[in-house]
Amino acid sequence: MTTETSMLDKFEEKIRKEIKIEPRDWMPEKYRKTLVRQISQHAHSEIVGMLPEGNWITRAPSMRRKVALLAKVQDEAGHGLYLYSAAETLGTTRKEMTDDLHTGKAKYSSIFNYPSLTWADIGAIGWLVDGAAIMNQVMLCRTSYGPYARAMVRICKEESFHQRQGYEIMLTLARGSEEQKAMAQDALNRWWWPSLMMFGPPDHESKHTAQSMAWKIKRKTNDELRQQFVDATVPQAKLIGLKIPDSDLKWNEEKGSYDFGEIDWDEFWNVVKGNGPCNKERLNARVKASEKGQWVREAAAAFAEKQNQRKAKKEQVA
Amino acid sequence: MDKEKDWPLWEIFIRSRAGLNHKHVGSLHAADADMAIENARDVYTRRNEGISIWVVESKHITASNPEDSESLFEPADNKIYRHPTFYNLPDEVKHM
Ligand SMILES: [Fe+2]
Ligand SMILES: [Fe+2]
Ligand SMILES: [Fe+2]
Repeated sequence: MTTETSMLDKFEEKIRKEIKIEPRDWMPEKYRKTLVRQISQHAHSEIVGMLPEGNWITRAPSMRRKVALLAKVQDEAGHGLYLYSAAETLGTTRKEMTDDLHTGKAKYSSIFNYPSLTWADIGAIGWLVDGAAIMNQVMLCRTSYGPYARAMVRICKEESFHQRQGYEIMLTLARGSEEQKAMAQDALNRWWWPSLMMFGPPDHESKHTAQSMAWKIKRKTNDELRQQFVDATVPQAKLIGLKIPDSDLKWNEEKGSYDFGEIDWDEFWNVVKGNGPCNKERLNARVKASEKGQWVREAAAAFAEKQNQRKAKKEQVA
Repeated sequence: MDKEKDWPLWEIFIRSRAGLNHKHVGSLHAADADMAIENARDVYTRRNEGISIWVVESKHITASNPEDSESLFEPADNKIYRHPTFYNLPDEVKHM
C-alpha cells in the first residue's frame, strides 16, 4: 500500500466515524479545494450581503429599527471574518480571496444582486434571506471540517436575532395601514423566489452535491433544505396575513409537506453569470471600498513597523 | 495593490469569565498587537463573550504534527494504573 492510499483510508475512516478534519491533518486535494471554494464564497456572501441592508441604515424609520439593523450588518461583517479565517487554515490567503472577489473570479450568493427598494425589503431580507441562510448554516454546524463547523456554530448563535428582527418588521407593516401592508406584500413578492434559489440548483443538476455529501461537507441536499425552508416559512406568512406568490403552493398530506411551483432557473443562472439587477453595483462597491481603504492599511502597517523598531531600540538600550 | 501584503495573522484567546482558562476562539489579521486586541474585542466579544483577551501572532505557535500523534500520545495509552479505576477496593469504602 502506498502512503497516499493509506492516508486516504485514514481520512475516509475519520469521515465515517464523524471525527472532524483539522487544518494540519492530511486531506485529499479535492476536499481542500472544495472547502476553499465553498468557505470563501460563503465569506464573500456575508460581506456583499451587507450592501443591500447598509443602504437603509440611515433611513430606518425609528431609533429602535436603526440600532437593530446596524447591529445586524455589523454581525455580517463578523461572519465574513470568521469564514475568511476558516478558509485561511486551508492554505489560501485573505488577499487571494479578496482579489478573486474583486476580479469576479469568485462568486457570492446571487440573492445580494437584487435591490432593496423599500423599507419592507429590510423586513423581507431578515425574514427570508437570513431564514434561508440559517437553514443552510444549521446544517453546516455538522460539517466535517473543524474550523468551518466552529465558525458556523458561532454564526448560528448570532443569526437568530437577524431573522426575528426581519419578521418583526414584516409583522408591523402587515398590521399597519393599507399602504404598509401592500409594501410588505410587494417585498415578499419580490424576495420569495430569489430566496428559494439561494439553496442552489436542483439536486439532479448540482455538480458538487454528491461528492460534498460523501465527504460530509454538506449534510443535506439543496432540495432537502429548500423544502425545509418552504415548510417553515409558509405558516409564518399566513400568521401575518401575507400571501406567498406561488399559485401552485399547496399542502401535500401524503408527504407531510408543501408542494410548490417551478423555480425559474434561467433567471437564477442569468444572475449567477453577472446579469442580475445589481451585480455591477455590488462588485464596484467592494472594489471601491478596498481602494479607498488602501492608504489606511498602508499607514497602519507603517505605524506598526515604526513601533516595532522603537521597541527593539529600547530593548537594546535596556 | 500587488505589492500590498496581508497584515500578519493573530490567534485569539478569550477568557469568558473569571475562573476559566483563556480559550482559542479563532484568528484575525491586524497590523500590530494593539490592533489585534481591538479587532478581537469587536469581532469575538460583541455579546459579552469575554472579560480578557490574549493575542499571539500565528507564526509564533509551534504545533505537534498530526502524523506523529500515534507515537506522540502512545505512551499514555497503556498506563491504566494512572487511573483510579485500576485499584480494587472493598465496596465498604464508598468514596475514595
Ligand atoms: Fe447572512
Ligand atoms: Fe451572516
Ligand atoms: Fe444574518
